[in-house]
Amino acid sequence: MNLYGLYTLFSKEVWRFLRVSTQTLGAPAITALLFLVVFAQAMETRVTVLEGISYQVFLVPGLIMMSMIQNAFANSSSSLLQSKMNGSLVFLLLAPLSAIELYLAYVSAAIVRGFLVGMVIYVVAWLFIDIGIAHLLWVLLFAVFSSAVLGALGLMVGVLATRIEQVAGFQNFIILPMSFLSGVFYSIYSLPPFWQAVSKINPFFYMVDGFRYSFFQQSDVSPGLSLLWVFVFFTLLSAASLHILKHGYKMRN
Amino acid sequence: MSAVSIHSLHKHYPGVHALNNVDLTIPQGEFFGLLGPNGAGKTTLISVMAGLTRATSGEVSVMGFDVVKQYRQARQHLGVVPQEVVFDPFFTVGEMLRIQSGYFGLGRSNRAWIEELLETLHLTSKMNTRMRALSGGMKRRVLIAQALVHRPAVLVLDEPTAGVDVELRKILWQFTTKLHQEGHTIILTTHYLEEAEALCNQIAIINQGEVVALDSKQGLLARNPYRMLRVTVSEAPEKLPERLVPLLHEQKDTDFTFRLHRKDDPIADVLHALRHAGVEIMDLHIGEPTLESVFLTLTE
Repeated sequence: MNLYGLYTLFSKEVWRFLRVSTQTLGAPAITALLFLVVFAQAMETRVTVLEGISYQVFLVPGLIMMSMIQNAFANSSSSLLQSKMNGSLVFLLLAPLSAIELYLAYVSAAIVRGFLVGMVIYVVAWLFIDIGIAHLLWVLLFAVFSSAVLGALGLMVGVLATRIEQVAGFQNFIILPMSFLSGVFYSIYSLPPFWQAVSKINPFFYMVDGFRYSFFQQSDVSPGLSLLWVFVFFTLLSAASLHILKHGYKMRN
Repeated sequence: MSAVSIHSLHKHYPGVHALNNVDLTIPQGEFFGLLGPNGAGKTTLISVMAGLTRATSGEVSVMGFDVVKQYRQARQHLGVVPQEVVFDPFFTVGEMLRIQSGYFGLGRSNRAWIEELLETLHLTSKMNTRMRALSGGMKRRVLIAQALVHRPAVLVLDEPTAGVDVELRKILWQFTTKLHQEGHTIILTTHYLEEAEALCNQIAIINQGEVVALDSKQGLLARNPYRMLRVTVSEAPEKLPERLVPLLHEQKDTDFTFRLHRKDDPIADVLHALRHAGVEIMDLHIGEPTLESVFLTLTE
């Protein structure tokens, strides 16, 4: 195992997004906080989703998770696509790094970005809203593995895409709608039965719901079931992205 | 053990047989030229060697290590300067080199070598400059430094002087010659045949995916036994001596160019025939066969 090589690529990926932290950390935090302010102001007195929890507080975990998964995806997909577009991917392909090392470096960097975005939103929200964490371990498990799922997905999309529009399209037409329809703003039990069933095949629902449980000890489905589904998606996407990297598809050609 | 060994290599792209049964052995310490017209398969061959492209069939090893099965060891021994000037705009020159060094598992212990590379390639003052702010020539120097950062035994330069100015070309020539003298195996692809002629000991010519010639520089040059003799006379004769007519290649006013076989047509005979015909010779120029003429013969 080329551990130092893996560490170098991981550090490079982290530095890459920290260099443009206004765009990679600041902007998503602002977006999430705007959602919080606008939705909370508009709905606070009209909606109660979980007993004993104000709508404003209810929104926070979902918005954190939504931002984490969107940014974890953006990190690996944009990095790979950019290095393919500017040709600098060749430096990585010439290096003695295996598929698993490439995978670990990109996915770990995506987790760090997701985690940092989540932290920023939580800290800023915490300054204005009284929101505590009931189960820190669950928070960490959901944050890490949900970011990892999206990091692996971003890796695959970044490898397979040949144009910026393809990644943007995936982000706008798949990631964004799925994250909005994952119960960030509502409980799925407020939906008609058909849409409840549809929500339950959305992987992001389990990420948001399990993450919310970590804060309030209340959720739409059991947190164990949510974590299990997150593990299943993590395993599937990791296996697929490792397969693509190992065979050099769209990279070593 | 050879530096690079290639056996029965084939590479197919849809509708194109880019490499067709290539067999090539490059001994250690060689300054090896890989020549061929555009689209001949040079870059594909280098890409397979470097693991950037997977071969359809065949085997390639670098310093005895198979580039697929033992890719880690093979890549540790190979440095590649890509043809295109590519860079990561997020990082400075120094960071790029430290990152590349890190990919090869080399940490702080390699810093002294990085500094030496920067100095040799006149890049020390640019160490903290972002890549995007460098000129094209400077970026190319960084590419060379990146290829050498892990001290590979074999260095591949894919058209390193394409589009660079005369001064940089001279620096690159001097630098690669120095590396060769230090024991590196250098593989150079170039469009500038005079460059290959000046630097390389062994040359392979590739055309349409096949190695059409593999020889020493002298061996290749000997494949063209003709040289050109240009004679400037004071006044063009009305009629050239009969013996010289079949040898005449071109005539412009008082300049006569003869194509002479190295063995069968001694220069002295031509000069004697001209003098015998009463022609006064003012000037002479002998053009030896060039790699270009051999290249054109083999690839046309």
